[in-house]
Amino acid sequence: MSVLTEPTASAVARPERRRQRRRAALQGWAFVAPLVIGIAVFQAYPLLVSLWASFHSWDGFTTPTWIGLDNFTAMPADELLVNSVKITLLFTLGSIPLTVVLALLLAVLCNRGGRISSSFFRTAYFTPYVTSIVAISLVFTQFFAPEGVINQVLGLVGIDGPEWLADSTFALVAVIVVAVWQGVGYPMVILLSGLQAIPKELYEAADVDGASPPARFFRITLPLLTPQLFFVLITQFILSFQIFGVVFVMTSGGPGNATSVFIYYVFQNAFSFGQLGYASAMAWAMFLFIVALTVIQLRLQKKWVFYA
Amino acid sequence: MTVLEKQTALPGAPGGEQHRGHRRRVRRLSGWSFVRVLFMLALVVVFATPLLWMINNSLRTEAAIAADPLGLAGPRLELDNYAVAGEAVAPFFLNSVKLAVLNVVGVLLIGALAGYAFARMQFPGKGVLFAVVLATAIVPGIVYLIPQYALFQQLGWIDTHLPLWVPRVLTPVFATFLLRQAFLGLPRELEDAARIDGAGTLQIFFRVMIPQVKPALAAVGIFTFIESWNDLFGPLIFLNSTSLQTLPVALALFRGEFFTTVSTLMAASTLTVAPVLVVYLFAQRYIVEGITSSGVKG
Repeated sequence: MSVLTEPTASAVARPERRRQRRRAALQGWAFVAPLVIGIAVFQAYPLLVSLWASFHSWDGFTTPTWIGLDNFTAMPADELLVNSVKITLLFTLGSIPLTVVLALLLAVLCNRGGRISSSFFRTAYFTPYVTSIVAISLVFTQFFAPEGVINQVLGLVGIDGPEWLADSTFALVAVIVVAVWQGVGYPMVILLSGLQAIPKELYEAADVDGASPPARFFRITLPLLTPQLFFVLITQFILSFQIFGVVFVMTSGGPGNATSVFIYYVFQNAFSFGQLGYASAMAWAMFLFIVALTVIQLRLQKKWVFYA
Repeated sequence: MTVLEKQTALPGAPGGEQHRGHRRRVRRLSGWSFVRVLFMLALVVVFATPLLWMINNSLRTEAAIAADPLGLAGPRLELDNYAVAGEAVAPFFLNSVKLAVLNVVGVLLIGALAGYAFARMQFPGKGVLFAVVLATAIVPGIVYLIPQYALFQQLGWIDTHLPLWVPRVLTPVFATFLLRQAFLGLPRELEDAARIDGAGTLQIFFRVMIPQVKPALAAVGIFTFIESWNDLFGPLIFLNSTSLQTLPVALALFRGEFFTTVSTLMAASTLTVAPVLVVYLFAQRYIVEGITSSGVKG
């Protein structure tokens, strides 16, 4: 009986199974359809338009004219652009080490102690991250005023504070302070999750061997935290190249052009100077730079990131 | 604990010495932990001061602020500032609320559909598509903004609220990623049981699967709310009319016009930050879980 029925059953089952698979595929595509449409219309298409625009002279109103690589070759001679790149690199150089070291310190501190106190401190340190950069920058504008809170406090210890936002050197320092203060919460939480994943037995074994606290930190904690540190570094680089909000609200790129960071300059070109083609070229240059830097970091990770 | 210590202390001199050494270290550690907690509290002051200063000065008169900029005297409960700021801020507040609701509902729906498909459904092109979704995260926002402006101009969307929610709702990259992770963590038996009971795919999705990933949905909802509320570029670029502006951007653009005193400016800033702070303090657990699962697994 089974010999007789089996072939017919599978003959029926094959088209049935194919129909089922086709139905499943259709359902899958239906579920992702809104996302696919969204990415196509609002990301992929704009990305191509942006690339196309970077080879054109375009003010956003009249017909764009093809100018080849002129937008790109004009960049090195654009003093304001070179200045903005320098300032962005200075900002990155100042903010990334501060952010990473502070985030690591906060994470290590939060990792000790009981669950309740740890969650209280974590909540407190993370709060700036969720607050509007506009409101924060307005508060810090008051803080950095010549007679503001910062200089009042510095005066208490006998330091005659600078005119922060009106000073071409210290304005960037102020921008870095606000950015670090606001941004440190996110990497802290990432690093804290890494710390919590380190097996307690390793520290117990180190205790048995009589390892000193610095040895515990540098021989156990830091190596096992390198995957999280790597992730934090990659995201921090991408974020810090795109610093905009603090500058827009607190300094408007000034005094002079002392805090005119790259995105602020691109923004001005696109939406104030009507240079959409040139702005697109700059945006693409930054995109390529970020991709290159991320690829380099991915290559270098083999040298220092430790995957257990 | 004490029983154990006594027991280990009992057998002879060497054990006793070990015990004493252990106790000394415990005491030294607790001394350290006192210093550590003090240091951590000092850091809390550093992180909280700007926000406390903002709230404090929103409740004081202008003369009091001028006389005592540090505000150590504390608030005077000067609610007039809020009357002035509240009236100016109200229309922008409503715009921000409307956009936040549209964004949260939309991102949750589209993100959950896509996340579920990537986690549990079989369809050709799935792997490539998911890689594309992840790759979009590396593109700097400014690259999209310029051509999007041209696109919205053609569509007649400039100076409407559409550019501030339609693109965000239709490109829920973070939500898709996070919800895919959540759906992957559920046992397959859940769906199989529902399917045997004769439930269709949509029924299984809405009735069985969605209720299982509530924490992830909460994380996505809160992140979307914060992102929508704090968005700076979008409203700045795509809106011209004052009446359509969102709260944070209105605060940045019209501060000199509406808020000529520090006290009213701080009241308006407090009103801008308050909704996000309230949501954050009630739901910070989900935020931490969301960040942690979006990061790297060690």
